[in-house]
Amino acid sequence: MHASTRASGWADPLRGLHWLVLALWALSALAGPWLPLAPDRIDLTRILDAPGAGAWLGTDDLGRSVLDRLLVGARTSFVVALGVVLISALLGTLIGAAAGAAGGWTDLVIVRIIDVFLAFPGILLAIALAGLLGPGLGNVVIALAAVGWVGYARLARAQVLSLRGRDHVLAARALGVGGPRILFRHLLPLALAPLLVEATFGVAAIVIAEAGLSFLGLGVQPPAASWGSMIRDGVAYMLVAPHLVLAPGLALMLVVLAVNLAGDRLRDRLDVRTG
Amino acid sequence: MDHPLAARLGSALVVVLGVCTLVFVLLHLVPGDPVDAMLGESARPADRTALRTALGLDRPLMEQYGRYLAGLARLDLGASFQDQRPVTAILAERLPATLILAAAALLLALLLAIPLGVLAARHRGGPIDGAAMGFSLLGIAMPNFWLGPLLILVFSLWLGWTPVSGFEGPASLVLPAVTLGTALAAILARMVRASVLEVLGEDYIRTARAKGLTEFAVLRRHALRNAWLPVLTLVGLQLGGLLGGAVITETVFAWPGIGSLLVEAIQSRDYPVVQGCVLLISVLYVLVNTLTDLAYARIDPRIRLG
Repeated sequence: MHASTRASGWADPLRGLHWLVLALWALSALAGPWLPLAPDRIDLTRILDAPGAGAWLGTDDLGRSVLDRLLVGARTSFVVALGVVLISALLGTLIGAAAGAAGGWTDLVIVRIIDVFLAFPGILLAIALAGLLGPGLGNVVIALAAVGWVGYARLARAQVLSLRGRDHVLAARALGVGGPRILFRHLLPLALAPLLVEATFGVAAIVIAEAGLSFLGLGVQPPAASWGSMIRDGVAYMLVAPHLVLAPGLALMLVVLAVNLAGDRLRDRLDVRTG
Repeated sequence: MDHPLAARLGSALVVVLGVCTLVFVLLHLVPGDPVDAMLGESARPADRTALRTALGLDRPLMEQYGRYLAGLARLDLGASFQDQRPVTAILAERLPATLILAAAALLLALLLAIPLGVLAARHRGGPIDGAAMGFSLLGIAMPNFWLGPLLILVFSLWLGWTPVSGFEGPASLVLPAVTLGTALAAILARMVRASVLEVLGEDYIRTARAKGLTEFAVLRRHALRNAWLPVLTLVGLQLGGLLGGAVITETVFAWPGIGSLLVEAIQSRDYPVVQGCVLLISVLYVLVNTLTDLAYARIDPRIRLG
Protein backbone atom coordinates (compact mmCIF):
# COMPACT_ATOMS: atom_id res chain seq x y z
CA MET A 1 0.00 0.00 0.00
CA HIS A 2 2.77 2.40 0.91
CA ALA A 3 4.76 1.98 -2.25
CA SER A 4 1.62 2.27 -4.34
CA THR A 5 0.47 5.57 -2.85
CA ARG A 6 3.81 6.96 -3.83
CA ALA A 7 3.39 5.83 -7.40
CA SER A 8 0.81 8.50 -8.12
CA GLY A 9 3.02 11.33 -9.16
CA TRP A 10 0.53 14.16 -8.83
CA ALA A 11 2.50 15.91 -6.13
CA ASP A 12 5.70 15.95 -8.14
CA PRO A 13 5.36 19.48 -9.47
CA LEU A 14 4.86 20.49 -5.85
CA ARG A 15 7.80 18.45 -4.64
CA GLY A 16 9.69 20.34 -2.03
CA LEU A 17 6.92 22.85 -1.46
CA HIS A 18 5.89 21.11 1.72
CA TRP A 19 9.35 21.69 3.14
CA LEU A 20 8.83 25.40 2.58
CA VAL A 21 5.54 25.31 4.49
CA LEU A 22 7.13 23.36 7.33
CA ALA A 23 10.08 25.75 7.47
CA LEU A 24 7.74 28.76 7.60
CA TRP A 25 5.71 27.11 10.34
CA ALA A 26 8.76 26.31 12.45
CA LEU A 27 10.32 29.70 11.80
CA SER A 28 7.24 31.70 12.83
CA ALA A 29 6.91 29.49 15.91
CA LEU A 30 10.53 29.81 16.99
CA ALA A 31 11.16 33.40 15.95
CA GLY A 32 7.75 34.61 17.13
CA PRO A 33 8.90 36.15 20.42
CA TRP A 34 11.46 38.31 18.60
CA LEU A 35 9.16 39.52 15.85
CA PRO A 36 7.47 42.92 16.28
CA LEU A 37 4.02 41.37 16.63
CA ALA A 38 1.04 42.93 18.33
CA PRO A 39 -1.51 40.13 18.34
CA ASP A 40 -3.49 41.58 21.24
CA ARG A 41 -3.49 45.27 20.27
CA ILE A 42 -7.11 46.30 19.97
CA ASP A 43 -7.85 49.02 17.42
CA LEU A 44 -11.53 49.85 17.36
CA THR A 45 -11.14 52.12 14.34
CA ARG A 46 -10.31 49.18 12.08
CA ILE A 47 -12.77 46.50 13.08
CA LEU A 48 -13.18 43.69 10.50
CA ASP A 49 -11.01 45.41 7.88
CA ALA A 50 -10.52 43.34 4.76
CA PRO A 51 -6.98 42.32 3.84
CA GLY A 52 -5.13 45.31 2.47
CA ALA A 53 -2.02 47.44 2.68
CA GLY A 54 -2.40 48.28 6.38
CA ALA A 55 -2.88 44.70 7.51
CA TRP A 56 -1.98 42.00 4.99
CA LEU A 57 -4.57 39.58 6.26
CA GLY A 58 -7.04 42.14 7.55
CA THR A 59 -8.23 42.65 11.10
CA ASP A 60 -10.67 40.81 13.36
CA ASP A 61 -13.73 41.91 15.31
CA LEU A 62 -11.56 43.83 17.79
CA GLY A 63 -9.36 45.36 15.12
CA ARG A 64 -6.46 43.06 15.91
CA SER A 65 -4.11 42.07 13.08
CA VAL A 66 -5.06 38.65 11.71
CA LEU A 67 -1.54 38.09 10.41
CA ASP A 68 -0.01 38.71 13.82
CA ARG A 69 -2.50 36.40 15.46
CA LEU A 70 -1.85 33.80 12.78
CA LEU A 71 1.88 33.85 13.56
CA VAL A 72 1.25 33.58 17.29
CA GLY A 73 -1.19 30.74 16.56
CA ALA A 74 1.57 28.99 14.62
CA ARG A 75 3.60 29.04 17.80
CA THR A 76 0.73 27.57 19.80
CA SER A 77 0.20 24.68 17.42
CA PHE A 78 3.94 24.05 17.01
CA VAL A 79 4.63 23.96 20.73
CA VAL A 80 1.63 21.74 21.46
CA ALA A 81 2.34 19.36 18.56
CA LEU A 82 6.00 18.97 19.43
CA GLY A 83 5.35 18.66 23.15
CA VAL A 84 2.55 16.12 22.82
CA VAL A 85 4.34 13.99 20.23
CA LEU A 86 7.57 13.96 22.24
CA ILE A 87 5.86 13.06 25.50
CA SER A 88 3.50 10.46 24.06
CA ALA A 89 6.14 8.88 21.81
CA LEU A 90 8.64 8.54 24.66
CA LEU A 91 6.06 7.31 27.14
CA GLY A 92 4.32 4.99 24.68
CA THR A 93 7.53 3.51 23.34
CA LEU A 94 8.82 2.81 26.82
CA ILE A 95 5.58 1.20 27.96
CA GLY A 96 5.07 -0.81 24.80
CA ALA A 97 8.67 -1.96 24.48
CA ALA A 98 8.80 -2.90 28.16
CA ALA A 99 5.61 -4.94 27.74
CA GLY A 100 6.94 -6.73 24.67
CA ALA A 101 10.30 -7.42 26.27
CA ALA A 102 8.91 -8.54 29.63
CA GLY A 103 6.15 -10.82 28.35
CA GLY A 104 3.98 -12.78 30.76
CA TRP A 105 1.58 -11.02 33.12
CA THR A 106 3.09 -7.57 32.62
CA ASP A 107 2.48 -7.85 28.91
CA LEU A 108 -1.05 -9.15 29.35
CA VAL A 109 -2.06 -6.32 31.67
CA ILE A 110 -0.52 -3.62 29.47
CA VAL A 111 -2.16 -5.06 26.35
CA ARG A 112 -5.53 -4.97 28.12
CA ILE A 113 -4.98 -1.34 29.13
CA ILE A 114 -4.03 -0.48 25.55
CA ASP A 115 -7.18 -2.22 24.31
CA VAL A 116 -9.33 -0.16 26.66
CA PHE A 117 -7.75 3.11 25.50
CA LEU A 118 -8.19 2.07 21.89
CA ALA A 119 -11.87 1.46 22.59
CA PHE A 120 -12.35 5.23 22.91
CA PRO A 121 -12.48 7.34 19.81
CA GLY A 122 -9.24 9.25 20.54
CA ILE A 123 -10.50 12.79 20.12
CA LEU A 124 -13.53 12.04 22.32
CA LEU A 125 -11.35 11.11 25.29
CA ALA A 126 -9.18 14.18 24.71
CA ILE A 127 -12.24 16.43 24.58
CA ALA A 128 -13.66 14.97 27.79
CA LEU A 129 -10.29 15.14 29.55
CA ALA A 130 -9.52 18.67 28.40
CA GLY A 131 -13.00 19.70 29.48
CA LEU A 132 -12.61 18.21 32.94
CA LEU A 133 -9.06 19.51 33.45
CA GLY A 134 -10.12 22.99 32.43
CA PRO A 135 -8.75 25.16 29.64
CA GLY A 136 -5.10 26.11 29.20
CA LEU A 137 -2.12 25.13 27.10
CA GLY A 138 -0.67 22.75 29.70
CA ASN A 139 -3.94 20.89 30.10
CA VAL A 140 -4.29 20.54 26.33
CA VAL A 141 -0.87 18.90 26.23
CA ILE A 142 -1.79 16.58 29.10
CA ALA A 143 -5.13 15.60 27.55
CA LEU A 144 -3.66 14.88 24.12
CA ALA A 145 -0.64 13.01 25.49
CA ALA A 146 -2.87 10.90 27.74
CA VAL A 147 -4.63 9.71 24.60
CA GLY A 148 -1.65 9.76 22.24
CA TRP A 149 0.76 7.35 23.94
CA VAL A 150 -1.36 4.31 23.05
CA GLY A 151 -0.50 4.19 19.34
CA TYR A 152 3.23 4.29 20.05
CA ALA A 153 2.92 1.67 22.76
CA ARG A 154 1.15 -0.74 20.44
CA LEU A 155 3.67 -0.17 17.66
CA ALA A 156 6.73 -0.45 19.93
CA ARG A 157 5.39 -3.65 21.46
CA ALA A 158 4.78 -5.22 18.05
CA GLN A 159 8.26 -4.20 16.91
CA VAL A 160 9.94 -5.62 19.99
CA LEU A 161 8.01 -8.86 19.68
CA SER A 162 9.07 -9.30 16.06
CA LEU A 163 12.70 -8.42 16.80
CA ARG A 164 13.05 -10.40 20.02
CA GLY A 165 14.04 -13.62 18.27
CA ARG A 166 16.69 -12.06 16.03
CA ASP A 167 20.15 -13.63 16.17
CA HIS A 168 21.95 -10.63 17.58
CA VAL A 169 19.45 -10.39 20.43
CA LEU A 170 19.82 -14.09 21.22
CA ALA A 171 23.59 -13.72 21.05
CA ALA A 172 23.53 -10.76 23.42
CA ARG A 173 21.30 -12.69 25.81
CA ALA A 174 23.61 -15.72 25.63
CA LEU A 175 26.50 -13.44 26.51
CA GLY A 176 24.65 -12.47 29.67
CA VAL A 177 23.54 -8.96 28.72
CA GLY A 178 20.79 -7.71 31.03
CA GLY A 179 17.18 -7.02 30.01
CA PRO A 180 17.19 -3.21 30.01
CA ARG A 181 20.46 -3.11 28.09
CA ILE A 182 19.10 -5.48 25.44
CA LEU A 183 15.99 -3.31 25.18
CA PHE A 184 17.84 -0.03 24.73
CA ARG A 185 20.91 -1.17 22.81
CA HIS A 186 19.67 -4.06 20.68
CA LEU A 187 15.90 -3.76 20.26
CA LEU A 188 14.86 -0.09 20.26
CA PRO A 189 17.40 1.18 17.69
CA LEU A 190 15.92 -1.25 15.17
CA ALA A 191 12.37 -0.28 16.07
CA LEU A 192 13.07 3.42 15.61
CA ALA A 193 12.18 3.81 11.91
CA PRO A 194 8.48 2.93 12.10
CA LEU A 195 8.13 4.91 15.33
CA LEU A 196 9.61 7.94 13.61
CA VAL A 197 7.11 7.64 10.76
CA GLU A 198 4.26 7.27 13.26
CA ALA A 199 5.48 10.34 15.13
CA THR A 200 5.54 12.40 11.92
CA PHE A 201 1.91 11.58 11.14
CA GLY A 202 1.25 12.13 14.84
CA VAL A 203 2.33 15.78 14.49
CA ALA A 204 -0.38 16.33 11.86
CA ALA A 205 -3.00 14.65 14.01
CA ILE A 206 -2.07 16.74 17.07
CA VAL A 207 -2.11 19.99 15.08
CA ILE A 208 -5.72 19.22 14.09
CA ALA A 209 -6.61 18.01 17.58
CA GLU A 210 -5.23 21.12 19.30
CA ALA A 211 -7.10 23.37 16.90
CA GLY A 212 -10.22 21.24 17.45
CA LEU A 213 -10.02 21.62 21.24
CA SER A 214 -9.44 25.36 20.88
CA PHE A 215 -12.38 25.53 18.47
CA LEU A 216 -14.57 23.99 21.16
CA GLY A 217 -13.25 26.54 23.65
CA LEU A 218 -11.25 23.92 25.56
CA GLY A 219 -7.79 25.03 24.42
CA VAL A 220 -5.85 28.22 24.94
CA GLN A 221 -7.83 31.03 26.50
CA PRO A 222 -8.30 34.54 25.14
CA PRO A 223 -6.50 36.69 24.36
CA ALA A 224 -3.95 33.98 23.46
CA ALA A 225 -4.30 32.89 19.84
CA SER A 226 -4.74 29.46 18.35
CA TRP A 227 -5.83 28.71 14.81
CA GLY A 228 -8.77 26.78 16.23
CA SER A 229 -9.99 29.63 18.43
CA MET A 230 -9.50 32.07 15.55
CA ILE A 231 -11.85 29.98 13.40
CA ARG A 232 -14.32 29.76 16.27
CA ASP A 233 -14.33 33.53 16.78
CA GLY A 234 -14.46 34.17 13.05
CA VAL A 235 -17.53 32.06 12.36
CA ALA A 236 -19.84 34.74 13.80
CA TYR A 237 -18.56 37.29 11.25
CA MET A 238 -18.29 34.92 8.31
CA LEU A 239 -20.65 36.81 6.02
CA VAL A 240 -19.01 40.23 6.44
CA ALA A 241 -15.40 39.15 7.01
CA PRO A 242 -14.72 35.68 5.60
CA HIS A 243 -10.96 36.22 5.93
CA LEU A 244 -11.28 35.62 9.67
CA VAL A 245 -12.17 31.98 8.96
CA LEU A 246 -10.25 31.52 5.71
CA ALA A 247 -6.81 32.61 6.92
CA PRO A 248 -6.39 30.33 9.97
CA GLY A 249 -8.11 27.42 8.20
CA LEU A 250 -5.81 27.70 5.22
CA ALA A 251 -2.75 27.86 7.46
CA LEU A 252 -3.97 24.82 9.34
CA MET A 253 -4.65 22.86 6.16
CA LEU A 254 -1.30 23.73 4.60
CA VAL A 255 0.63 22.66 7.68
CA VAL A 256 -1.28 19.39 8.02
CA LEU A 257 -0.86 18.70 4.29
CA ALA A 258 2.86 19.45 4.49
CA VAL A 259 3.41 17.24 7.53
CA ASN A 260 1.50 14.38 5.90
CA LEU A 261 3.51 14.69 2.68
CA ALA A 262 6.74 14.72 4.69
CA GLY A 263 5.50 11.63 6.51
CA ASP A 264 4.78 9.88 3.19
CA ARG A 265 8.27 10.67 1.94
CA LEU A 266 9.87 9.56 5.19
CA ARG A 267 7.91 6.30 5.16
CA ASP A 268 8.90 5.52 1.60
CA ARG A 269 12.53 6.23 2.34
CA LEU A 270 12.68 4.24 5.55
CA ASP A 271 10.70 1.33 4.07
CA VAL A 272 13.28 1.02 1.35
CA ARG A 273 16.09 0.84 3.83
CA THR A 274 14.44 -1.62 6.17
CA GLY A 275 13.43 -3.71 3.18
CA MET B 1 -16.08 -19.80 26.26
CA ASP B 2 -15.11 -22.52 23.82
CA HIS B 3 -17.36 -21.17 21.10
CA PRO B 4 -15.47 -18.53 19.08
CA LEU B 5 -18.48 -16.22 19.07
CA ALA B 6 -18.70 -16.41 22.85
CA ALA B 7 -14.98 -15.73 23.12
CA ARG B 8 -15.26 -12.65 20.91
CA LEU B 9 -18.25 -11.34 22.86
CA GLY B 10 -16.44 -12.13 26.10
CA SER B 11 -13.41 -10.06 25.17
CA ALA B 12 -15.68 -7.22 24.03
CA LEU B 13 -17.34 -7.35 27.45
CA VAL B 14 -13.94 -7.13 29.17
CA VAL B 15 -13.11 -4.06 27.11
CA VAL B 16 -16.46 -2.46 27.94
CA LEU B 17 -15.80 -3.07 31.65
CA GLY B 18 -12.36 -1.50 31.20
CA VAL B 19 -13.92 1.49 29.47
CA CYS B 20 -16.35 2.00 32.35
CA THR B 21 -13.49 1.73 34.85
CA LEU B 22 -11.32 4.19 32.96
CA VAL B 23 -14.14 6.72 32.82
CA PHE B 24 -14.65 6.34 36.59
CA VAL B 25 -10.93 6.74 37.27
CA LEU B 26 -10.67 9.81 35.05
CA LEU B 27 -13.63 11.52 36.69
CA HIS B 28 -12.19 10.92 40.14
CA LEU B 29 -8.57 11.73 39.33
CA VAL B 30 -9.30 14.99 37.63
CA PRO B 31 -9.13 18.03 39.92
CA GLY B 32 -12.31 20.03 40.32
CA ASP B 33 -15.09 19.06 42.66
CA PRO B 34 -18.56 18.31 41.33
CA VAL B 35 -19.98 19.81 44.51
CA ASP B 36 -18.25 23.11 43.68
CA ALA B 37 -19.66 22.85 40.18
CA MET B 38 -23.19 22.35 41.47
CA LEU B 39 -23.26 24.87 44.32
CA GLY B 40 -20.67 27.40 43.21
CA GLU B 41 -17.55 28.46 45.09
CA SER B 42 -19.43 30.56 47.64
CA ALA B 43 -21.65 27.79 49.05
CA ARG B 44 -21.84 27.26 52.81
CA PRO B 45 -19.74 24.37 54.18
CA ALA B 46 -22.81 22.73 55.71
CA ASP B 47 -24.56 22.64 52.32
CA ARG B 48 -21.47 21.16 50.75
CA THR B 49 -21.28 18.39 53.32
CA ALA B 50 -24.96 17.62 52.93
CA LEU B 51 -24.73 17.39 49.17
CA ARG B 52 -21.55 15.35 49.43
CA THR B 53 -23.35 12.81 51.58
CA ALA B 54 -26.38 12.83 49.32
CA LEU B 55 -24.21 12.05 46.30
CA GLY B 56 -22.23 9.40 48.18
CA LEU B 57 -18.97 11.28 47.57
CA ASP B 58 -17.94 10.88 51.24
CA ARG B 59 -17.71 7.11 50.86
CA PRO B 60 -14.49 5.20 50.23
CA LEU B 61 -13.47 5.13 46.58
CA MET B 62 -13.97 1.39 46.21
CA GLU B 63 -17.52 1.64 47.51
CA GLN B 64 -18.25 4.47 45.08
CA TYR B 65 -16.85 2.31 42.28
CA GLY B 66 -19.07 -0.58 43.35
CA ARG B 67 -22.16 1.65 43.39
CA TYR B 68 -21.17 3.07 40.00
CA LEU B 69 -20.90 -0.40 38.43
CA ALA B 70 -24.13 -1.53 40.05
CA GLY B 71 -25.81 1.56 38.62
CA LEU B 72 -24.44 0.82 35.17
CA ALA B 73 -25.76 -2.74 35.37
CA ARG B 74 -29.24 -1.30 35.98
CA LEU B 75 -28.62 1.23 33.18
CA ASP B 76 -28.78 3.94 35.80
CA LEU B 77 -26.34 6.71 34.91
CA GLY B 78 -27.46 9.13 37.57
CA ALA B 79 -29.24 12.44 37.10
CA SER B 80 -28.12 15.61 35.38
CA PHE B 81 -26.87 18.37 37.70
CA GLN B 82 -28.70 20.88 35.53
CA ASP B 83 -32.30 19.72 35.57
CA GLN B 84 -32.19 16.53 37.67
CA ARG B 85 -33.52 14.43 34.79
CA PRO B 86 -32.11 10.90 34.45
CA VAL B 87 -29.04 10.88 32.18
CA THR B 88 -30.33 7.85 30.27
CA ALA B 89 -33.47 9.76 29.28
CA ILE B 90 -31.38 12.68 28.00
CA LEU B 91 -29.11 10.35 26.06
CA ALA B 92 -32.06 8.50 24.52
CA GLU B 93 -33.44 11.84 23.38
CA ARG B 94 -30.19 12.86 21.70
CA LEU B 95 -29.00 9.54 20.29
CA PRO B 96 -31.23 9.35 17.15
CA ALA B 97 -29.83 12.60 15.74
CA THR B 98 -26.26 11.34 16.09
CA LEU B 99 -27.11 7.98 14.54
CA ILE B 100 -28.82 9.65 11.57
CA LEU B 101 -25.83 11.93 11.06
CA ALA B 102 -23.28 9.11 11.36
CA ALA B 103 -25.24 6.85 9.00
CA ALA B 104 -25.60 9.61 6.41
CA ALA B 105 -21.90 10.47 6.65
CA LEU B 106 -20.90 6.82 6.33
CA LEU B 107 -23.16 6.28 3.33
CA LEU B 108 -21.80 9.39 1.66
CA ALA B 109 -18.22 8.34 2.38
CA LEU B 110 -18.75 4.91 0.83
CA LEU B 111 -20.53 6.35 -2.22
CA LEU B 112 -17.59 8.69 -2.77
CA ALA B 113 -14.69 6.48 -1.79
CA ILE B 114 -15.46 3.27 -3.67
CA PRO B 115 -15.76 4.74 -7.19
CA LEU B 116 -12.85 7.10 -6.52
CA GLY B 117 -10.59 4.36 -5.21
CA VAL B 118 -11.46 1.89 -7.97
CA LEU B 119 -11.01 4.50 -10.71
CA ALA B 120 -7.71 5.63 -9.23
CA ALA B 121 -6.43 2.06 -9.10
CA ARG B 122 -7.65 1.31 -12.62
CA HIS B 123 -5.91 4.41 -14.02
CA ARG B 124 -2.91 4.22 -11.76
CA GLY B 125 -0.41 7.00 -12.30
CA GLY B 126 -2.71 8.94 -14.63
CA PRO B 127 -4.54 12.21 -14.09
CA ILE B 128 -7.62 10.49 -12.62
CA ASP B 129 -5.42 8.81 -10.03
CA GLY B 130 -3.75 12.12 -9.33
CA ALA B 131 -7.04 13.94 -8.88
CA ALA B 132 -8.48 11.22 -6.64
CA MET B 133 -5.42 11.08 -4.42
CA GLY B 134 -5.23 14.87 -4.36
CA PHE B 135 -8.81 14.92 -3.09
CA SER B 136 -7.83 12.32 -0.53
CA LEU B 137 -4.88 14.35 0.77
CA LEU B 138 -7.01 17.50 0.98
CA GLY B 139 -9.88 15.67 2.66
CA ILE B 140 -7.57 14.37 5.36
CA ALA B 141 -5.90 17.74 5.89
CA MET B 142 -9.16 19.71 6.08
CA PRO B 143 -10.45 19.66 9.66
CA ASN B 144 -14.24 19.46 9.95
CA PHE B 145 -14.42 22.59 12.09
CA TRP B 146 -13.11 24.47 9.07
CA LEU B 147 -14.88 22.59 6.29
CA GLY B 148 -18.21 22.97 8.11
CA PRO B 149 -18.12 26.79 8.34
CA LEU B 150 -16.90 26.99 4.72
CA LEU B 151 -19.84 24.90 3.54
CA ILE B 152 -22.22 27.06 5.56
CA LEU B 153 -20.69 30.17 4.00
CA VAL B 154 -21.06 28.92 0.42
CA PHE B 155 -24.26 26.87 0.46
CA SER B 156 -26.29 28.51 3.21
CA LEU B 157 -25.22 32.15 3.21
CA TRP B 158 -24.20 32.78 -0.40
CA LEU B 159 -26.39 30.35 -2.33
CA GLY B 160 -29.14 29.93 0.26
CA TRP B 161 -29.70 26.28 -0.63
CA THR B 162 -29.56 24.78 2.86
CA PRO B 163 -30.42 25.84 6.41
CA VAL B 164 -27.49 27.28 8.36
CA SER B 165 -27.87 24.91 11.27
CA GLY B 166 -30.26 22.93 13.41
CA PHE B 167 -32.32 19.86 12.79
CA GLU B 168 -35.21 20.64 10.46
CA GLY B 169 -35.93 18.20 7.72
CA PRO B 170 -33.65 16.38 5.30
CA ALA B 171 -32.08 19.56 3.88
CA SER B 172 -30.46 20.35 7.21
CA LEU B 173 -28.75 16.96 7.16
CA VAL B 174 -26.81 17.62 3.94
CA LEU B 175 -24.04 19.93 5.14
CA PRO B 176 -23.27 18.11 8.43
CA ALA B 177 -23.13 14.78 6.59
CA VAL B 178 -20.79 16.19 3.94
CA THR B 179 -18.61 17.75 6.63
CA LEU B 180 -18.37 14.56 8.63
CA GLY B 181 -18.20 12.20 5.64
CA THR B 182 -15.46 13.93 3.65
CA ALA B 183 -12.56 12.99 5.90
CA LEU B 184 -13.76 9.40 6.05
CA ALA B 185 -14.20 9.30 2.27
CA ALA B 186 -10.64 10.57 1.88
CA ILE B 187 -9.17 7.84 4.06
CA LEU B 188 -11.35 5.12 2.55
CA ALA B 189 -10.57 6.15 -1.05
CA ARG B 190 -6.88 5.64 -0.32
CA MET B 191 -7.56 2.26 1.20
CA VAL B 192 -9.86 1.12 -1.63
CA ARG B 193 -7.25 2.14 -4.18
CA ALA B 194 -4.43 0.27 -2.44
CA SER B 195 -6.62 -2.76 -1.89
CA VAL B 196 -7.84 -2.90 -5.51
CA LEU B 197 -4.29 -2.42 -6.80
CA GLU B 198 -3.20 -5.42 -4.81
CA VAL B 199 -6.05 -7.56 -6.11
CA LEU B 200 -5.56 -6.47 -9.73
CA GLY B 201 -2.23 -8.29 -9.77
CA GLU B 202 -3.84 -11.64 -8.96
CA ASP B 203 -4.10 -14.57 -11.35
CA TYR B 204 -7.89 -14.71 -11.25
CA ILE B 205 -8.07 -11.17 -12.61
CA ARG B 206 -5.88 -12.20 -15.52
CA THR B 207 -8.15 -15.21 -16.04
CA ALA B 208 -11.26 -13.06 -15.93
CA ARG B 209 -9.79 -10.70 -18.48
CA ALA B 210 -8.53 -13.60 -20.64
CA LYS B 211 -11.99 -15.09 -20.87
CA GLY B 212 -13.19 -11.84 -22.34
CA LEU B 213 -15.13 -10.18 -19.52
CA THR B 214 -15.68 -6.48 -19.84
CA GLU B 215 -13.42 -4.33 -17.71
CA PHE B 216 -16.41 -3.22 -15.64
CA ALA B 217 -17.35 -6.81 -14.86
CA VAL B 218 -13.76 -7.61 -13.94
CA LEU B 219 -13.61 -4.68 -11.57
CA ARG B 220 -17.01 -5.14 -10.01
CA ARG B 221 -17.34 -8.90 -9.81
CA HIS B 222 -13.75 -9.97 -9.30
CA ALA B 223 -11.61 -7.09 -8.08
CA LEU B 224 -13.97 -5.15 -5.82
CA ARG B 225 -15.48 -8.20 -4.20
CA ASN B 226 -12.06 -9.33 -3.00
CA ALA B 227 -10.73 -5.86 -2.24
CA TRP B 228 -13.74 -5.20 -0.03
CA LEU B 229 -12.50 -7.08 3.05
CA PRO B 230 -9.62 -4.89 4.24
CA VAL B 231 -11.82 -1.88 3.52
CA LEU B 232 -14.56 -3.27 5.76
CA THR B 233 -12.15 -3.55 8.69
CA LEU B 234 -11.05 0.01 8.16
CA VAL B 235 -14.66 1.20 8.04
CA GLY B 236 -15.21 -0.39 11.46
CA LEU B 237 -12.08 1.22 12.88
CA GLN B 238 -12.82 4.61 11.35
CA LEU B 239 -16.31 4.68 12.82
CA GLY B 240 -14.62 5.68 16.07
CA GLY B 241 -13.17 8.67 14.30
CA LEU B 242 -16.60 9.34 12.85
CA LEU B 243 -18.25 9.32 16.28
CA GLY B 244 -15.47 11.48 17.69
CA GLY B 245 -15.66 13.85 14.74
CA ALA B 246 -19.40 14.06 15.28
CA VAL B 247 -18.71 15.97 18.51
CA ILE B 248 -17.15 18.85 16.57
CA THR B 249 -19.46 18.62 13.55
CA GLU B 250 -22.56 18.67 15.73
CA THR B 251 -21.23 21.73 17.54
CA VAL B 252 -20.59 23.53 14.25
CA PHE B 253 -24.11 22.90 12.98
CA ALA B 254 -25.96 23.01 16.33
CA TRP B 255 -27.04 19.44 15.55
CA PRO B 256 -28.93 18.12 18.59
CA GLY B 257 -26.97 14.87 19.05
CA ILE B 258 -24.76 13.25 21.67
CA GLY B 259 -21.73 15.24 20.53
CA SER B 260 -23.19 18.67 21.10
CA LEU B 261 -24.68 17.37 24.35
CA LEU B 262 -21.16 16.43 25.49
CA VAL B 263 -19.80 19.89 24.73
CA GLU B 264 -22.74 21.57 26.50
CA ALA B 265 -22.28 19.28 29.52
CA ILE B 266 -18.54 20.04 29.67
CA GLN B 267 -19.23 23.76 29.60
CA SER B 268 -21.71 23.51 32.44
CA ARG B 269 -19.55 20.98 34.34
CA ASP B 270 -22.45 18.52 34.36
CA TYR B 271 -20.35 15.45 35.29
CA PRO B 272 -23.04 12.73 35.07
CA VAL B 273 -23.97 13.83 31.54
CA VAL B 274 -20.30 14.02 30.47
CA GLN B 275 -19.79 10.53 31.82
CA GLY B 276 -22.91 9.24 30.08
CA CYS B 277 -21.92 10.67 26.69
CA VAL B 278 -18.39 9.28 26.84
CA LEU B 279 -19.66 5.87 27.95
CA LEU B 280 -22.36 5.71 25.30
CA ILE B 281 -20.07 6.65 22.40
CA SER B 282 -17.30 4.29 23.51
CA VAL B 283 -19.63 1.36 24.05
CA LEU B 284 -21.20 2.00 20.64
CA TYR B 285 -17.73 1.96 19.14
CA VAL B 286 -16.78 -1.34 20.80
CA LEU B 287 -20.09 -2.80 19.66
CA VAL B 288 -19.54 -1.72 16.05
CA ASN B 289 -16.03 -3.12 15.98
CA THR B 290 -17.19 -6.44 17.41
CA LEU B 291 -19.95 -6.60 14.80
CA THR B 292 -17.42 -5.77 12.06
CA ASP B 293 -15.24 -8.67 13.17
CA LEU B 294 -18.21 -11.02 13.13
CA ALA B 295 -19.39 -9.76 9.73
CA TYR B 296 -15.88 -10.19 8.39
CA ALA B 297 -15.91 -13.86 9.31
CA ARG B 298 -19.32 -14.34 7.71
CA ILE B 299 -18.37 -12.66 4.45
CA ASP B 300 -14.99 -14.34 4.01
CA PRO B 301 -15.21 -18.11 4.35
CA ARG B 302 -11.42 -18.28 4.72
CA ILE B 303 -11.61 -16.58 8.09
CA ARG B 304 -12.64 -18.42 11.21
CA LEU B 305 -12.91 -16.81 14.57
CA GLY B 306 -11.04 -18.18 17.52
